[in-house]
Amino acid sequence: MPDPIAAVARATPDPIARKVRGLSDRAIAWLFVAPTIFLLLAINIFPLIWTVRLSFTNYRANRPNEEVEWVGLRNYVRILTDDGIWANMQTTAHFLFWTLFFQVLIGFTLAWLINRKFKGNDLLTTLIVLPMMLSPAVVGNFWTFLYQPQIGLVNYVVELVTGTPASSFSMLGPGGYAPWSIVIVDTWMWTPFVMLICLAGLRSIPDYIYEAAEIDRASKWRQFWTITIPMVLPFLMLAVLFRGIENFKMFDMVVLLTGGGPGNETLLASIDLKREAFEKWRTGYSSAYAIILFVTVFGLASIYVKALNKVKER
Amino acid sequence: MKARLLAATSAAALCFAGGASAQSNELTLCWAAWDPANALVELSKDFEAQSGIKMNFEFVPWPNFADRMLNELNSGGQLCDLLIGDSQWIGGSAENGHYVKLNDFFDKEGISMDDFAPATVYAYSTWPKGTPNYYALPAMGDANGWFYRKDWFARPEIQAEFKEKYGRDLAEPKTQKELLEIAQFFQGREIDGQTVYGASIFTERGSEGITMGATGALYAWGFKYENTPGSYDMEGAVNSPAAVEGLEFYKELYKTATPPGYDNAYMEQSLDAFKSGQVAMAMNWFAFFPGLYADPNTGGDKIDFFVNPAQNQPASTLGGQGISVVSYTDNMDGALAYIKWFAQPDVQKKWWSMGGYSCHRAVLEDPEFVNSAPFAGDFLEAMGAVQDFWQEPAYASLLLAMQERLHNYVVADQGTAQEALDGLIADWTEVFEDEGKL
Repeated sequence: MPDPIAAVARATPDPIARKVRGLSDRAIAWLFVAPTIFLLLAINIFPLIWTVRLSFTNYRANRPNEEVEWVGLRNYVRILTDDGIWANMQTTAHFLFWTLFFQVLIGFTLAWLINRKFKGNDLLTTLIVLPMMLSPAVVGNFWTFLYQPQIGLVNYVVELVTGTPASSFSMLGPGGYAPWSIVIVDTWMWTPFVMLICLAGLRSIPDYIYEAAEIDRASKWRQFWTITIPMVLPFLMLAVLFRGIENFKMFDMVVLLTGGGPGNETLLASIDLKREAFEKWRTGYSSAYAIILFVTVFGLASIYVKALNKVKER
Repeated sequence: MKARLLAATSAAALCFAGGASAQSNELTLCWAAWDPANALVELSKDFEAQSGIKMNFEFVPWPNFADRMLNELNSGGQLCDLLIGDSQWIGGSAENGHYVKLNDFFDKEGISMDDFAPATVYAYSTWPKGTPNYYALPAMGDANGWFYRKDWFARPEIQAEFKEKYGRDLAEPKTQKELLEIAQFFQGREIDGQTVYGASIFTERGSEGITMGATGALYAWGFKYENTPGSYDMEGAVNSPAAVEGLEFYKELYKTATPPGYDNAYMEQSLDAFKSGQVAMAMNWFAFFPGLYADPNTGGDKIDFFVNPAQNQPASTLGGQGISVVSYTDNMDGALAYIKWFAQPDVQKKWWSMGGYSCHRAVLEDPEFVNSAPFAGDFLEAMGAVQDFWQEPAYASLLLAMQERLHNYVVADQGTAQEALDGLIADWTEVFEDEGKL
């Protein structure tokens, strides 16, 4: 039987073969990864370094002819002493905490229930994951209608259950409901993602561990806490990491639902940053703002990944 | 082989030359996507026929219009040869070199700014404000006005009930306070088996909505940006007792006389509320009035229009735009030819007849103008008392600060009107300090 590798080698044109023949393995490896490294440097690292540089200036991208002044730490000081920005950070933290909390709680519960064998399991799984397949723009518009006080389903249901007139309150308006409304929409959309990761974790637990526990007469409750939870935990933590990073930069859905309002009640840091950078065109200032957010996410994520690795090692 | 290469190169060169020629014989005009833009497409067919230049149009929905177009200008993009940009952009676009200064061109072609309504020349064309430095030709006059359900107002039982309650006939309001009373009168009323509401007003948070709506009340009460124009001296002007009262009024109008959930509404929502028969009155830009009048369900004899009511003084919030030549165009001659064509009185008359709001005095001062549409007289009256937002290069920062302060107070119930306007002065002072103007 002819050797296929030898056939390919024979088919390689001579000049290339001759050139490659003279290279070491390390050189060939570099040859392969060089385009990727170049792209990474050009698209990620260079802009990052450039942003750091801009953050120390008063540069405005809409005034290219104006002289750019070096302002030292002024942008950072202004941002870190701005009460409005701290309020936006708090709003972001509120959104982040509660979306993660509900998505983990509901996502894990759904995964645990779906993991059992029953008729229609596949169909139900497909239905549950549908929201995460939708575009955030569609979800934003769709929920705006659901939250509409006069024709929206949400207010109608609240009226049906509590007797509160549907048109007497607005889920996206004043009254303190808006921050919770965006949490509900994000939870509806992304809980299936957490559920799928948890499901992968649950299905990776070998049956023999549960069988051994049964033989040892461990109760279902004990099996849950000593087998299921520890073995799913790395998966769950991974899901939290993904969703945490995503929600820290949440923008589109909230803009469509509330535009950051009422007032500043749902003004997340990412929305504020966009306004500073591309509406007010304070490029230097917004670069500093972006660096602060980047360091925050990067720092938190690094600590979290270390914790995740420790959990996996156990 | 060489012959084939030569032929291929020649063919490619010819194609390229053809492409370049076609490109220079085309113009792209950028504007917002709304009714007047469709009228301009029709009007521009005359220009195409006369000049042989093909017109392309790039229309962007209002909520994204500023973002999209300012990005285009700031990046030196060549998408637009001509831009009908908002009046507030003129300062930044002039100072940053995005718009071509048109003085020499106007002089050469005999286009006189005296032929256009002074308020529109001041607002849409000049920078620095009021100086004879022109960066646009007034293209689309506009102001924030009102329209109402004339058929509801005319019902005898409603008339009688209103008279009993307020001691006067139910008619178009002459003051802001009358407007509030009428709106409150209709709020929650049953008409034809449907619950209706008083008025749809602007409360939008994201772009410019609540500022454009609330200034209608603020200007009427006496709000001013500066004590002396050009001084940036805002204390006592922005937060004057009259301004505070005007802002409190707008909040009361929002709280007591608008449909439920009306907390993030701008042009589109106002039109929807009116056309769906939810509200008795609505505010919106005059640009929409021809379309509203033509609406088969709520237009015709069911609708009428009125200018923004005065309170301490007559005043309307300015809308509208001038048409500018973008500096980065690769068809400067074509763009200027369009401006020259558009400035002609005959073209301006046709522009008005098709639904565009001409600013040309030959149109506005025609004795027949007032009777040419049911809202024409109101438009003239409004344009005689318009006030505009800051037109500074930093207008976006100034606008976002006002959006935040107003929405926080009016919609989100935070603080008092006095605190909102005091805070606004602090925000604007910071912006002007950054700009080196204070």
